[in-house]
Amino acid sequence: MKTKRGERLAAIAPFLWLGVFFLFPFALVLKLSFSDQALAMPPYAPQIDWSAGLAGIRAFMSALDLETYARLKSDDLYLVAYLSSLRFAAIGTLLCLLVGYPIALGMARCAPNTRNILLLAVILPFWTSFLIRVYAWIAILKPEGLLNMGLEAIGLPGLSVLNTQAAVYVGLIYCYLPFMVLPIYAVLEKQDHSLLEAAADLGSPPWKSFWQVTVPLSLPGVTAGALLCFIPMVGEFVVPDLLGGVQTLMIGKTIWTEFFANRDWPSASAVAVVLLLTLVIPIVLYQRQQAKALEAGR
Amino acid sequence: MNAKGGKTARQRLNIGAVRSKFSPWNDPSAEPLVRFEGVVKRFDDHVAVDGVSLAIYPGEFFALLGPSGCGKTTLMRLLAGFETPDEGRITLAGQDLAGQPPHRRPVNMMFQSYALFPHLSVAQNIAFGLKQENLPKGEIEARVQQMLKLVKLEPLARRKPHQLSGGQKQRVALARSLAKQPKMLLLDEPLGALDKKLREETQFELMDIQQELNTTFLMVTHDQEEAMVLADRIAVMRDGKIAQLGRPEELYETPADRYVAEFLGDVNLFEAKVASLSHPMAGIVIPETTQPLQVWDDDAPAAGSTVWLAVRPEKLRISLDPPPKGAVNVLAGEIWDIGYTGDWTNYVVELEGGKLIRAARANASRVVERPIGWDDKVWVSFDPDAGVVLTR
Repeated sequence: MKTKRGERLAAIAPFLWLGVFFLFPFALVLKLSFSDQALAMPPYAPQIDWSAGLAGIRAFMSALDLETYARLKSDDLYLVAYLSSLRFAAIGTLLCLLVGYPIALGMARCAPNTRNILLLAVILPFWTSFLIRVYAWIAILKPEGLLNMGLEAIGLPGLSVLNTQAAVYVGLIYCYLPFMVLPIYAVLEKQDHSLLEAAADLGSPPWKSFWQVTVPLSLPGVTAGALLCFIPMVGEFVVPDLLGGVQTLMIGKTIWTEFFANRDWPSASAVAVVLLLTLVIPIVLYQRQQAKALEAGR
Repeated sequence: MNAKGGKTARQRLNIGAVRSKFSPWNDPSAEPLVRFEGVVKRFDDHVAVDGVSLAIYPGEFFALLGPSGCGKTTLMRLLAGFETPDEGRITLAGQDLAGQPPHRRPVNMMFQSYALFPHLSVAQNIAFGLKQENLPKGEIEARVQQMLKLVKLEPLARRKPHQLSGGQKQRVALARSLAKQPKMLLLDEPLGALDKKLREETQFELMDIQQELNTTFLMVTHDQEEAMVLADRIAVMRDGKIAQLGRPEELYETPADRYVAEFLGDVNLFEAKVASLSHPMAGIVIPETTQPLQVWDDDAPAAGSTVWLAVRPEKLRISLDPPPKGAVNVLAGEIWDIGYTGDWTNYVVELEGGKLIRAARANASRVVERPIGWDDKVWVSFDPDAGVVLTR
């Protein structure tokens, strides 16, 4: 009996976590997005008048509206920011995959002892603060930074990378690479080596075996890595803010500007809600389709 | 008995049952399909294959037999191209295989783990090798159907490997390795993962398929029964070398040394001395009896040499009555243990002096007049041609 109750509790725990730390804050943000900006403390209206009882709540409910969302639609800035964010995230994820897959493959093909050292090397940067690591890139990429010093030393003209899109991509790849490498590595490391021998035995040269055996069998890892990179990249704020300069438009920066510069909490919330929906809906659809495909295979 | 001696003994004694007249290895004009010539393979400081020379003929079912670590799998992987020999050479149909990567060799392998591609269906697995050759789609389809029919898996063509039983996976692996019609099929412990009943069924199917396709099969196994049932010839391997090579019945009835005698089936070994030689009989003295034993063996070494006498349990007669006067090769003892397996009863007999030997008797009738029981006094005897004198 006791263990059964324990099991039930364990099953509830993730939902409890989700409820307290995701759904409740999300409900607050959602409510906020239906409010209006106000010169008050806190800077939005309406507020619930608890003293009026049920009538107060009713009055509050009737004051909520979709005005902020209408504004999102009318102002091109938001759409451009969303698209730009999605583009940054998509290209960033693709670059992470291109850089990360060979790293993961190399690690998985190493001797077990070397593997652990390499694994540590991939995780090691996490031991320093994220912010410090991004700042370090400023020192590298700025006009009189390490990169240009190096180029100058070998007689090449300097580059102005900082405050460009290129710098944002460098930062994104740098920050998210481990999230791509680790899931792919986990899948590749488990792969049965005799499958490659079987492929070779059946007449497939090594490069073909890679595409016919290694890649298809590593797709679950690639999907996991891509989601782990893409989702946070869309909402990324620090990297574009520090490395991308003023002209880089990303939704994370837009939310920050609305909240702190414009003090327009309802608009910022609406932007956040739309962002969440644009991310969640495709992922849910994808997982449904995956489950169906699995079902069909049986 | 050395290898040359074994040959003469064979001619004289008409060893064992002859299953077929297929024996290209005795035909000097026959051209072997595969030739290993002084092949050596080292891993670090361990010599896995130590100077193996071997010829396998077209249409043959050849088995490499030995305990794990004897080098049999390495020898097969050398032929498949997954390992490269440190010394010697391997030729296939007269062509040196050195430098040819596995994907260019006209041999296919059935892996011990089956190594089926988990993301491909049964039909796609079988088609994999054909696709690499860029054959037309219709031809691939036809060949896949043919293979599915051969291994009786037509209804399961669209299943994925994880939806198959062990026996079905084994068939898919076999069909996949046969689909390209290789010059030679390599089988790595092909029946190792199956249970006993299925293994016996599959053995005969494998023989049928081999006969039907007339492909040369090279099998690696540690199971002596499997090798004996399936193979035309067996090479027993030990520490990277071939201990003995021959037909199953030759290996069983005229083993070259104690290692082969003990590896194939059960055997009673006596430390012995040659007392006298009077063609074709050798007089052998063992400590368990004062009476010299008579063994039909031309090739026994000179009188006074230390040898081993090997007698198989099923070639020993066991009796509750003392033998008539003048009978040869009689040992007195007491029943120590009885193992009843249904078709056979295995007796362990303690000889005078304490040595335990095994005698087996086929249970040819259901009713036994005087059953042999524990602690009964018995006499064990064997014919002169039942014993084998071993010098190693």
